[in-house]
Amino acid sequence: MLITRGFKGKARNRGAAQDRVPPGQYVTPDFPVLSAGPTPRTSLEEWSFGLRLGGRTVAEWRWADFEKLPQTEVTVDIHCVTKWSKLDTRWRGVTFDDLLGAAGLAAPPTSFVMAHCDGGYTSNAPVADLAQGRAMIATHYEDLPIAPAHGGPARLLVPHLYFWKSAKWVRWLDFIEEDQAGFWESLGYHIYGDPWREQRYRGDP
Amino acid sequence: MTPTHLPWRIATVAAAKPESARAKAILLDVPGWPGHLAGQHLDLRLTADDGYQAQRSYSISSAPAGEPQLEITVERVDDGEVSPFLLDELREGDPLELRGPIGGYFTWVPGDGGPLLLVGGGSGVAPLMAMLRARTRSGDRTPVRLLYSARTVDELLYRAELDRLADEADGFELIATLTRGAPEGWTGEQGRIGREMLAARGFPPEERPRIFVCGPTPFVEACADALVALGHEGGRIKTERFGPTGDLK
Repeated sequence: MLITRGFKGKARNRGAAQDRVPPGQYVTPDFPVLSAGPTPRTSLEEWSFGLRLGGRTVAEWRWADFEKLPQTEVTVDIHCVTKWSKLDTRWRGVTFDDLLGAAGLAAPPTSFVMAHCDGGYTSNAPVADLAQGRAMIATHYEDLPIAPAHGGPARLLVPHLYFWKSAKWVRWLDFIEEDQAGFWESLGYHIYGDPWREQRYRGDP
Repeated sequence: MTPTHLPWRIATVAAAKPESARAKAILLDVPGWPGHLAGQHLDLRLTADDGYQAQRSYSISSAPAGEPQLEITVERVDDGEVSPFLLDELREGDPLELRGPIGGYFTWVPGDGGPLLLVGGGSGVAPLMAMLRARTRSGDRTPVRLLYSARTVDELLYRAELDRLADEADGFELIATLTRGAPEGWTGEQGRIGREMLAARGFPPEERPRIFVCGPTPFVEACADALVALGHEGGRIKTERFGPTGDLK
């Protein structure tokens, strides 16, 4: 390990939160915004959310119907690949499990999912990382509708993976048989993105 | 450019040149550097003597080829953990761990075509400098305009080089604007970059410019929204945001 002469660090992560902050991350009270393009602004009238399989729509909800699905609230830590982590963020939305249930699916039809978003963004994840309460389509942050810059009206929330996986402005999940690279995954970022193993970039073990 | 994996490398600080009272260009010798595209960034990793580590990303401001060193631009974040160290403590000859290049979207290669509209706020000019330098070094003549916003004239980074590039009149036009007052004799723009300035000084949507916007989050949000409102395609507007979010709507 190369010691950096004169670097002390402000040691913001030491103490109580230390075991909650993955390697290479720092805690911020702010909520930074990272997006590859302009912020899409889809009205709730135009918005819909769907589950798709093999080019076919399995289920689709308009906003008013989506709001009637079972609501779950979670408080989680989030970790962005650009090094910031934010602790105790509170979200409300519909869990992946409840979406499957509402769509009449007894089990996930494939092992992988590609999230598709307004603006053309995509991100992939294994179904095992979404099911059993591990992910939701979030519509509220700290009791308020998610701001457009943060992914509103709805974003995927997969807090145990780097936050680029929690795709903003999500419009449908495509069930796919084989894992495929999404937007950042095809531009040099890690295919899976576990912050605790520091899987930031392609080839990180 | 996406190598199969990104190992940590040990760079050596070749020089640290003040660009303003709050920013320096840091030049690095990086043995084995695989090359980069204009617009990409790298990760720095600092390690304290007790093993504590901090990592941060910095845009590369040097051209991909034809320059002996890799350059990053570091601006002070007042309560920051890494930038005050890099600006105040780092000395020529110090080793520094880094890896990269990172990011394959916010990039421009001569030959991608244009026209090219670069919109920078503060130290957000760094990756745009890499694009301008790449264009100049390759002899590319893509029409390019840089709209560059700084608070004061002293905070305009790379000013001498930008003025020099603009003087060559080879299709590069510099439009600098100051948001907190201008000195006597200032002939550039004043005030924030918004819809009006983008309409007056940018390229019209019909010319289908490739657009790169980099700066603090509220700056990028405002510029990108204004560009969309002017009729530019969202897919042609590439953005890179940094710093505090401010009050987002």
